[in-house]
Amino acid sequence: MNIHKIAQYLNDLGDNSDTGHSFDCQPIAGEVDVLQISILGREELPIFVSVTDDQILCITYLWGEDEVVSEKRTEMFETMLEMNIPMPLSSFAKIGDKYSIFGALAISSSVEEIEHELTVLSDNALDVIDDFSEFLV
Amino acid sequence: MSIFKKIFTAIKGGANEVGEAIVDANSTRIFEQEIRDAENHLTKAKRDLTDVMAKQMQASREVERITKDIASHEDYAGQALSKGDEALAMEIAEKIASLDTELTTQQGSLDSFTTSVERLKELIKKSERQVADYKRQLSVVKTTDSVQKATAAITDNFVSGNSKLLSAKDSLERIKQKQQNFDDRLKASEQLQAESGDASLEAKLKAAGIGDQASSANSVLDRIKAKQG
Repeated sequence: MNIHKIAQYLNDLGDNSDTGHSFDCQPIAGEVDVLQISILGREELPIFVSVTDDQILCITYLWGEDEVVSEKRTEMFETMLEMNIPMPLSSFAKIGDKYSIFGALAISSSVEEIEHELTVLSDNALDVIDDFSEFLV
Repeated sequence: MSIFKKIFTAIKGGANEVGEAIVDANSTRIFEQEIRDAENHLTKAKRDLTDVMAKQMQASREVERITKDIASHEDYAGQALSKGDEALAMEIAEKIASLDTELTTQQGSLDSFTTSVERLKELIKKSERQVADYKRQLSVVKTTDSVQKATAAITDNFVSGNSKLLSAKDSLERIKQKQQNFDDRLKASEQLQAESGDASLEAKLKAAGIGDQASSANSVLDRIKAKQG
């Protein structure tokens, strides 16, 4: 699996995806290949996909450290840990000063499984921001 | 120190600036080389095991053959004795003695091969677990590296694209607004369709002379005539 195969599949889907979403894929140049995937109507929360030797990583950035209400930080952490298992397919993470959710798939995953993962990740991101808004400025 | 602890320490150590490598590319290459070396050793150990197992089988067959040989010679010696041929029995007994010595040697070899096989199998199992663990650790290192580089690429992209990152709450609000717009448009178009559907049905009913009929001049005149009459 590589990002070009994923991009090709998602772009070819058009309006015919099972999930009812339209995807727009933009490769980002850098030391490693990253695919920026926007779901139509949810452009503000793009998903970044990178493929390593043994896994496919799908990451959505949620909010920055500067958006967290400092006195609710610990409570937010606890909520994240408690939510981590119930939240389907995605897990919480922190990259630099940004909180995110991500899903990791085996390199042998099919394009359909990746599409499913992306949709669930996007839905999770929206729900998480909604549910965590009490911790955010 | 576990690989997680190392990475954690590296991140906490301030190497979390975007673009600054947590993972030293050179040590990753050395690690990869070590894994390849370990795999080569494993292949060699498996070849050695095959050789030793072949020798073990040969020794085992040899032991079986000598044991049978001894049994049959003991039988011959018994027969010679029962025929009263003491000299022949003695000769056979000497043969048996030499076979006994041979058996002890072969049995010794077999035991040593069996021990070697067990030891090699254990070693291979241990090495395979070790290699699998190295590979897992390498995957952790490489993923950390990859995520970091990907983050750098994403950040660069945002900076160069000059697109301002919205706060999470603003993003959600905008997405919800778009969804609301979409839903409203959908509802509006459904309503429009329903209305035009009603209109066309009414037209059909009218054409068929069913339902409310538009009053015509004739019917009005009829009504007035009826009142006068």
